[in-house]
Amino acid sequence: MKRWKITGTVLALAGMLLCTPGTAEAEETSYTYNYDYWGDVQYSPDLYSVSKVFTSSDLGLEQKMVSPSGLYVYKDLIYVCDSGNNRILEIKRHSAEALDVTRIIDGFQGDVDVTTFSNPTDVAVSEEGCFFIADQGNARILKLDPDLNYLMQFDKPVDNTLDPAVAFQPNKITIDTADRVYCIATGINKGLIKYESDGTFSGFVGATKVTYDWTDYIWKRLATQEQRTQMESFVPTEYDNIYMDYEGFIYACTGAVSSDDLRSGQADAVRKLNLMGNDILVRNGEWPVYGDLYLNGSGGGYEGPSYFSDVTVMENDIYVCLDRNRGRLFGYDDQGRMVFAFGGNGNMDGYFRKPVALEHIGHELYVLDTLDCAITTFVPTEFGNLVYSAIELFDQGKYEESGEAWKRVMALNGNYDLAYIGIGRALLRQEKYKEAMEYFEIKYDDENYSKAFKQYRKEWVEEHIVWIIVVILLLFLIPLGIGKIRALKHEIDTDEYFQMQEKKL
Amino acid sequence: MTTAQSRSKSGHPRLGKYWDSLKFALYCMTHPLDGFWDLTHEKRGTMAAANTILILSLVVRILKLRYTSFIVMQVYWEDLNIFLYLASILLPLGLWVIGNWALTTLFDGKGRLGQVYMATCYALTPYPLIQFPLMILSNGFTKDEMQFYSVLSMLSLIYTVILIITAMGQIHEYGVGKNLLFTVATLFAMLVMIFLMMIFFSMISQGVSYFISLAREMLFRM
Repeated sequence: MKRWKITGTVLALAGMLLCTPGTAEAEETSYTYNYDYWGDVQYSPDLYSVSKVFTSSDLGLEQKMVSPSGLYVYKDLIYVCDSGNNRILEIKRHSAEALDVTRIIDGFQGDVDVTTFSNPTDVAVSEEGCFFIADQGNARILKLDPDLNYLMQFDKPVDNTLDPAVAFQPNKITIDTADRVYCIATGINKGLIKYESDGTFSGFVGATKVTYDWTDYIWKRLATQEQRTQMESFVPTEYDNIYMDYEGFIYACTGAVSSDDLRSGQADAVRKLNLMGNDILVRNGEWPVYGDLYLNGSGGGYEGPSYFSDVTVMENDIYVCLDRNRGRLFGYDDQGRMVFAFGGNGNMDGYFRKPVALEHIGHELYVLDTLDCAITTFVPTEFGNLVYSAIELFDQGKYEESGEAWKRVMALNGNYDLAYIGIGRALLRQEKYKEAMEYFEIKYDDENYSKAFKQYRKEWVEEHIVWIIVVILLLFLIPLGIGKIRALKHEIDTDEYFQMQEKKL
Repeated sequence: MTTAQSRSKSGHPRLGKYWDSLKFALYCMTHPLDGFWDLTHEKRGTMAAANTILILSLVVRILKLRYTSFIVMQVYWEDLNIFLYLASILLPLGLWVIGNWALTTLFDGKGRLGQVYMATCYALTPYPLIQFPLMILSNGFTKDEMQFYSVLSMLSLIYTVILIITAMGQIHEYGVGKNLLFTVATLFAMLVMIFLMMIFFSMISQGVSYFISLAREMLFRM
C-alpha cells in the first residue's frame, strides 16, 4: 500500500514535469479557428494572412487620418471616409501590398450653400461612378457625379412618426443598381430608410421585430414611472451596417443585441433582406450566426457577445462579419455554417483595436480600424484558396473536382467539419451513397446522411429483393407448417384407429 | 405444472425455478395486476431474475450509446463517464426502493424492502425488451422517419412507469387512490433524500477543507 503511494507520487511528479511544456503549448491559442459540431473550438490553419497594414504614412498622407469610419470598393478603387478630417480618400489598389492615394476629395462644385463635408461617415459609388456620400454633420446624403459636381441630395424623410426637432444623422448607406438609396440613420429604429432614385422617401424596410415576453410586460405594468424609464424600452434594434451583395440583397448586421436574445433566437446579428424587407438568411448550420459562441466570456479585453460592425459578401456567397468587440472576422457560407474565424484584439499585424469597416476585392479582405487609423489587407493562404475553390467548384456543379479539393483541405486540417461534409456531398452527387454516409456520420450531418441513406436503402432493397421475399415467405410458412404438422400429429394421436390398436395391445 | 416441465428440461431444480421466474416477467408485463400479485404472494418471482432484468436494462442502456443511429443519439464521448451514466438509473432506482419502503411500511404496506426492489425490477422489463430491437431498427431510419423511434421509445418508458405503479399497489395491497398517493409521496421522499445527501456531502467537504486549511496553517507556522 505504502509503496503504491510512493510510486504514485513519483509518477505524478514525472507526469507533471513531462506535461508542463505540453500544456503550455496547448494553451497557446491559434489565430484561426472554427467550431465543431459540439461547439468546441477547433484550431485551424490560417485561411488568411496579413499582406500589409497601411497607416497614414504608408499611404503617403500629409495629414494623418482621424477616426476613419467608412470603406467602399468600386472596381480597383478603395474609398475611405476620413470622417475626422471631413474628407474622402480615393485609393488605387495595384496589389494587396501596394495601395496608392490617387485623390483626396474634400469638397465639390455645385449650387448649394455648403460645398464641403462635415463628418462624412459612409460612401457608395454607383455603376456610372456617381458618388453617394452620407454627410452626417450636414444632415444630408449627397449625390455627386464622377467629376464631383453636385447632382442632388437626399434629406430627412418626411414622415409623421419622426420627430421634426431631431436632426437627421445618416450613418451608413448603400445603393442598388437603380440608384435607390438605403440608409441607416442614428436614432431611427424603424428599419432602413429607402429613397427612390429621384430623392423621394419611399418608406422603411426591414425593421427588426420587437420581442418581449409576458414577464417583461407584467413588470412594466407594476413598475413606477421612474422605474419604467430606467428599464429598456421595447423598441427595435438599430442596424449597424449594411451591404448590398451582387444579387441585390441587403445584408444588414447589428451588434446592439443582448446575449440572452441571441441565445434564445429572438435577435439576429446578421440578416439578409429581400426587396420586401424580409429576412431570408439561411441558417442551416449547427450553430447560430452570431460570431463567437461563448457569449458571456470576459477577459482578453472584451466582454459579451460579438459586436458585428460590418459585413461583406463575396461572389461565392460567403459572407464575412467583422466583430468590433473582439477584433475578429467570421466567415459563413451560404448555408450559414462557419467557414473561418480569426483575429483578436491587440497591436500586432492582423489584430485590431476597433475595426469598423470591412470590404473585399475578389477573395482579399480590407479592414479599416478607426483607432489605429489603418487599413489591413488580408490575402487568402494556400489553405484558404483551397477551401474557396472547393466551395466554388461545387457551386459550378463540378462535384468530383470539388470532392478532390475538399480531400486536400482535409489533409491540411483534419478537424475541419466542412471538409468532411463537402466530401460527403460530392460523393452523394456522384451516387456513392455508402461512402457519403460514412463522411456525414463522422460529422453528425443527419440531414445529408438521411438523403444518402434513403438512396442507399432503396438500392439495397432493389438488389436483395429476392432474398427479402424469401425470408418473409419463410417467416410465414414455417409457423404455418409447424402448425400443420402438429395438427396432423394430434390427429394421429387421437385417431380412433390407433387408439383401438393400443387398446388391443 | 410449468415447474415440472422446465425441471425436466434443464434437469436442475434451482435453474428451472430461475428460468420460470424470468419468464414470469413476461406474464407480469402483459397481466400486471394478476402478475405482480402472484409475484410476492405466490412467490413466483426470484431475486436472481430481478437482478438479471436490472442488469439487462443497464446493458441495453450502455449498448444504446454506441449502436443507436447518430440521428437520434449523439454522444459526446469525451465527457462520458460510464459509471455516472449507470448511476443515472441505479441512483433513482435505489432512492425509489428505499423511499417507497420507508413510507409504505408505516402505512400498512405489505411489501418488504426486498420485495419492493424485486417488483420494481420486474416492472423494468419493457425497457430492454422494447429498447433493444428499437436500437437495431433505428439504423434503418432516415431523419424524417425518426418519429416512429421517438414514439416507441416514449411508449416503452410510459409502459415501465405504469408497471412500476401497478406493481407497488399489488405488493402493498393498496387500492388505486392510496397507491397513487404513495407514488407521489415516494417521489417527494426521493427529493428529500437527495436534499439531505447534498447537505451531507457539502458539510463533509467543508469540514474536511476546514481541517486541511488548519493543518496547512500549522505547517506554515512551524
